[in-house]
Amino acid sequence: MLVGCDGPLSTLSPAGPIAAEIAWLWWAMLAGAALLTLMVGVLVAMSFGRPRDIPERRWTVTLGVWFSIAVLSVVLATGLWLGERILPRDDGAVTVHAHGFQWGWRFTQPGADGQPVETLDTLYIPAGQPVDVLVTSGDVIHAFWVPRLAGKIDAIPGRENRLRLQADMPGRFDGVCAEFCGLGHAVMRFAVIAYPPDAPPEALTQLEGAPE
Amino acid sequence: MTAPDKGFTLSPNPPQHALHLHRELNRVWANDRGWWGQITAVNHTTLGLRFMATALVFFAIGGVLAMMLRAQLATPAGVFLDTELYNQIFTMHGSIMMFLFAIPMLEGLGIWLLPKILGTRDMAFPRLTALGYWCYLFGGLIMLTALLFGVAPRDGWFMYTPLSGATHSPGINADIWLLGVTFVEISALAAAIEITVTILRQRPPGMTLTRMPLFAWYMLGTSVMMLVGFPPLILGSVLLEVERAFNWPFFEVARGGDPLLWQHLFWLFGHPEVYIIFLPAAGAISTIIPVMCRTQIVGYGAIVAAILALVFLSFGLWVHHMFTVGIPHMALAFFSAASALVAVPTAVQIFAWIGTMWRGQPQMHLPMLHIMGFFLTFVMGGLTGVMLAIVPFNWQAHDTAFVTAHLHYVLIGGFVFPMMAAASYWMPLISGRGRIKGLGEAAFWVILLGFHGTFFVMHLTGLVGMPRRIDTYPDNPEWIWLNLTSSIFSFVLTIGFALFAIDMVLQALLGPRTPRDPWKGQTLDWAMMRPTPSYTFASLSTRPLTPGQPAGEVALRLARGEGLLPGAPRGRREFLVTEIGTGRPDHVAILPGNTALPLAMSAMIGGFVLLMLAGLYILTPLALAGVGVLIWRWGRSLTTPHDHPPVSIAPELSLPVHHHSRATLVQSGIVCLLVANGTLFASLLFGLGFLTVVAPNWPAPLPLRGGMTEAILTVAAVGALALGSLAVRLRIGVVPAITGLAVNLLALALVATLAAMALHDPTNHARDALRAVLTGYAGLHVLMSAGFAGFVWQMALRGELSPNRPGVVANWRLVQDYTTVTAAIVALVVIWQGIAG
Ligand code: HEM
Ligand SMILES: [Cu+2]
Ligand SMILES: [Cu+2]
Repeated sequence: MLVGCDGPLSTLSPAGPIAAEIAWLWWAMLAGAALLTLMVGVLVAMSFGRPRDIPERRWTVTLGVWFSIAVLSVVLATGLWLGERILPRDDGAVTVHAHGFQWGWRFTQPGADGQPVETLDTLYIPAGQPVDVLVTSGDVIHAFWVPRLAGKIDAIPGRENRLRLQADMPGRFDGVCAEFCGLGHAVMRFAVIAYPPDAPPEALTQLEGAPE
Repeated sequence: MTAPDKGFTLSPNPPQHALHLHRELNRVWANDRGWWGQITAVNHTTLGLRFMATALVFFAIGGVLAMMLRAQLATPAGVFLDTELYNQIFTMHGSIMMFLFAIPMLEGLGIWLLPKILGTRDMAFPRLTALGYWCYLFGGLIMLTALLFGVAPRDGWFMYTPLSGATHSPGINADIWLLGVTFVEISALAAAIEITVTILRQRPPGMTLTRMPLFAWYMLGTSVMMLVGFPPLILGSVLLEVERAFNWPFFEVARGGDPLLWQHLFWLFGHPEVYIIFLPAAGAISTIIPVMCRTQIVGYGAIVAAILALVFLSFGLWVHHMFTVGIPHMALAFFSAASALVAVPTAVQIFAWIGTMWRGQPQMHLPMLHIMGFFLTFVMGGLTGVMLAIVPFNWQAHDTAFVTAHLHYVLIGGFVFPMMAAASYWMPLISGRGRIKGLGEAAFWVILLGFHGTFFVMHLTGLVGMPRRIDTYPDNPEWIWLNLTSSIFSFVLTIGFALFAIDMVLQALLGPRTPRDPWKGQTLDWAMMRPTPSYTFASLSTRPLTPGQPAGEVALRLARGEGLLPGAPRGRREFLVTEIGTGRPDHVAILPGNTALPLAMSAMIGGFVLLMLAGLYILTPLALAGVGVLIWRWGRSLTTPHDHPPVSIAPELSLPVHHHSRATLVQSGIVCLLVANGTLFASLLFGLGFLTVVAPNWPAPLPLRGGMTEAILTVAAVGALALGSLAVRLRIGVVPAITGLAVNLLALALVATLAAMALHDPTNHARDALRAVLTGYAGLHVLMSAGFAGFVWQMALRGELSPNRPGVVANWRLVQDYTTVTAAIVALVVIWQGIAG
């Protein structure tokens, strides 16, 4: 079963705390939804017995209003609490820049010596610490999404959006554009390379300090 | 539900010979013969069925497109379609299913069923029904033609800018969507207006709102939502088309526009749209379940409250489609909570339905089987909807196959299954024939299997990362089995739908004749003779059915003319109009008969659309003038040169005909139209406010033109309109009419002068473009008011005006006041902009 949930773009095999929190939220909601579906199914099935006159308000008010409000409140509160936890904060996290265009991503990240380094379709981030991505676009709307590390955020012309990523371990994580952006949408892929903070990859040392 | 109010119990008319009545009525109400008769038909039964049949054709076309998408996605590097074509096809699939299948289908159901269920003879505005149909057909044909020529829209069914803007979508693809869909939406507005008026004004005496069949409540909710929901889309489409055609910036960032404005306008429509589609389906369910369970609905009042709550709440949720655009988390939390809250009224209905089944004895006829399919599918779709309303999860699932799965669960579960239930339930009334046993059941099971096989795994496909709207995935072998499964089952699903269609056709052609009222229905539609006559009822019911009373009981009495307003002794189409809340009899409306005017009108609008598409903007005023002329003729045919005697509807009650009534149907219709128009205006102001506050490149670089002189002229224009509002309140006659015409023309001249003096080139900046749009909006309405005044003036000259026949003046007054108020608001906004810098 879990085998089917793996994959380089799977939200269900998270590789960082943010994606992990959302993944457990999903599993919890799935369990709840399964129970509710079962409950409705049983209630429907039981209606085929002999006629029973239950007071109307038990259906409409007790079940319809109070029961559903109770369930929804739990889900909402959990979602709100979790959403607050994974938000970008002013805590001096490393900041990188992702600029979407038809059809690719131009990334700017701090090089080994602190100077910004520009790369195409590959983003380098230090592993084991939060990284904030500033997402912009030069033409149409795209969306920056690395499912194993975090949720997605849109790249919108005229705006700068911020998304927090975090990878537990060094490794390569796939990303895709999630907002339809024309002919090249399906191939607008990129990679995030998380490196050990004390051993930055060659790309960050070689290309350093060559901003256009 | 309480006992019928004694005040309304009218005594029966003397019985007559049913066949004689039938012949008399049919001569008056039937369509003309032959092909021409199809063109001039305005009858709700004809048009309702035609709406639904056309919608089914579009469903089939949309389904074929879906099969092409699934064929492409069956393998990771499919070569069945290239990317350009794939994009066109998914855009067209979504647009067809939403705008050319679901909406027209529910309109058709409402138009076909409402007059029958309310026990009246036709919709309030039969010619408007026909106009709506032709606009739908022509708009749909334009979109299909584009698909055949490979120039179909390709930016997705929500057409996000800047992708759909002129720079990134050159060519006419996007224009086809914007103009074609707007053309089709004329039919949505037309249907919304007449459904609202029909439900509010054409109920049997004594059927107060609280005694109305639930289906009518659901359709009322739907039509009100359509009145308020479609204007933002229409406004957005017009603005985007103007941006593409004339380069006026509204959504382009560099010149003060904002692509998010499009998203807000689109989803202000788009979310309510989902409930617009669901409510009529729920109405069918609420009608069918009690009949299938031989009992009454549980929680009538709670369901009505749930409908009202849904109508209200669904306008506060649109942002849940925009959780990833970068809105602050706390604002998202608000919309998240509102989105979850909307599940409460939905739950109330689900439990009320289950409670009804508990109270009664469910019988597994085919309609009930489809309702079981609905329960399973819709509940799952609703639950994934709640999941998507939870912000952090939405950040992962948004724009993935998970959403594709969710939306098909709610649309097919919440609309297609109930519609299949409705089809099998009302088929005996449509065709007078029963089913061929077994085939329909087989179709149901194949559809159920095919549907869940296709879409259940698609949740997982999304969670393991597959975005929506992609045509290949060579780097992700882990998605292959998921997609292949979906594709295989989608063909099972198609076979199921084909079986369903075959069942329907066979039933219509070969099914055994059924007795009248085979289900023992609880609504007046089952009190009709069959095949359903053009005039619906030979006489109209004197009061609503009492709860539990089978409709079949009153059928014979109505057919023998014992009800109200029997036959057509005056040789014209008549029905009873009642007061909104109480259902007290008010007057007798005389309807226009068969005419080709609606066809001519929609052809003229179609001409305008085609000229726009061809880029022949210079010629478009010709088409618009043609529309104006036809509107004039439309209005002329409603006038009457002399007084009419009252009509006896029951032995002790005679009522005036509508010419002599203060509150005519047309007037109610104009109020509805102005509600929709007011929503459009409010959306425009919202756009202005949004851009002023939120868009990046504001304030505009150029200072505004104009000073004291312009301000004075603006105030003068509003003053002239105020005089118009005064004139329309004077004694009815030539002088007020000509005064009204003069002040409106003066105001028009002032608006034109102001536009020339004070407006910047609208292509400069969104501010200037919006000022031009506001001015144009005011100018257009002044022109309309002038037209109304001129119309009244002409009537006065012809001696058609009389204080006894106040109708047209009351209508002019509504339009004139609306013009004055909106023009005053525009003036305030424009002057305030000048002061604020
Ligand atoms: C006949 C069975 C159907 C199948 C097999 C099917 C399949 C599909 C597929 C493959 C997509 C494209 C998803 C993507 O691009 O990733 C899609 C999109 C869509 N479908 Fe269906 N569909 C069916 C019926 C319907 C119905 C009945 C409706 C509405 C009443 C509907 C509404 C939509 C919408 C709105 C979209 C989104 C289009 C867009 O992304 O612009 N579909 N469907
Ligand atoms: Cu994209
Ligand atoms: Cu929504």
